[in-house]
Amino acid sequence: MTLELFLLLASALFAVGTYGALSQQSVVMVMMGLELMVNGVIVAAAAFWYFLAPAAPDGQVLVLVVIAAMTVDMAMGFAVVTLLFRAKDADMTDMAAELKR
Amino acid sequence: MQTALFCVLAVVAVASGAAVFVVDSMARATYALALSFVAVGVSLLLLDLAYLGVVTVLMMVMEMAIMAVFMVMFMMNPAGFMPMSMLHGKRAALAVSGGVFLALAALALLVPWPDRRGAAPADPTRAAGEAIMGSKMLVMIGVSAVLFTTIVAALVLAVARGRYGDDESAEHGHREGRGPHNGHGGGHGSHADHGGPGAHAGHGDHGGRIDHARHGTHAASRPEGSGT
Repeated sequence: MTLELFLLLASALFAVGTYGALSQQSVVMVMMGLELMVNGVIVAAAAFWYFLAPAAPDGQVLVLVVIAAMTVDMAMGFAVVTLLFRAKDADMTDMAAELKR
Repeated sequence: MQTALFCVLAVVAVASGAAVFVVDSMARATYALALSFVAVGVSLLLLDLAYLGVVTVLMMVMEMAIMAVFMVMFMMNPAGFMPMSMLHGKRAALAVSGGVFLALAALALLVPWPDRRGAAPADPTRAAGEAIMGSKMLVMIGVSAVLFTTIVAALVLAVARGRYGDDESAEHGHREGRGPHNGHGGGHGSHADHGGPGAHAGHGDHGGRIDHARHGTHAASRPEGSGT
């Protein structure tokens, strides 16, 4: 196991998530893409901690913060989706285009 | 041995992550994402991160369970019985994500990373706990404030407009000669967007039932919904 292998895994996860977040029309699928991107960040942070500076706990705390950010992203995302669905019956990203006007 | 295990886990994580956007069935997509997260959690275990790996697995499994509920609620085609493409800008997205992967992989391989400083503590979980309760306590205090704010903000955004918040439906109630106690219609604020004022008179009393029916015929009513 090397740092490079873990970073390759992280970048692959991040890239797959980027594809999903950009290409999917359904809001729920977009959020799955975002989750995959954060997943890659978790792997990278853990690998940096283990392979570069394991003596200090900073890396572990960073992973905890990223996990918390992931939950916040899920909760707020679904709250906005619920609001959009109530207001406009919209569950696709292309249907929420008010700001384009 | 560990490297082989890691390679298997990495392949599983990336492959199931890619499967999320390939399979038709949303339930399968959710399970694929959960599998990807479990693989990532186990690869964290390989880095001696017992606590963080297990936390990742537990949290993601719960999160996927919640996500499955939202899938069924919001998606047109949750079971994948009608295979359809719900993509936009597929080629551009592929190009961008390919570029992102190449750039990140090049960075990972080309940057001269510094040497390892120090050794891992005997018990990383204990080290993390002491850091949270000691030198890094401010971080966790900040996170807790953010999490609480999220609870409040998510509720404020997502909860149905009650009888104290929906001016629009209260106006409708007055216009139609009902009393201000016409609370049922107020509970489902989105009706005003669909039926005109005429249709709205019928909605008031059966707001709850119509709301259920609307979920059932979600796919059928889409053109009308997108037209408004």
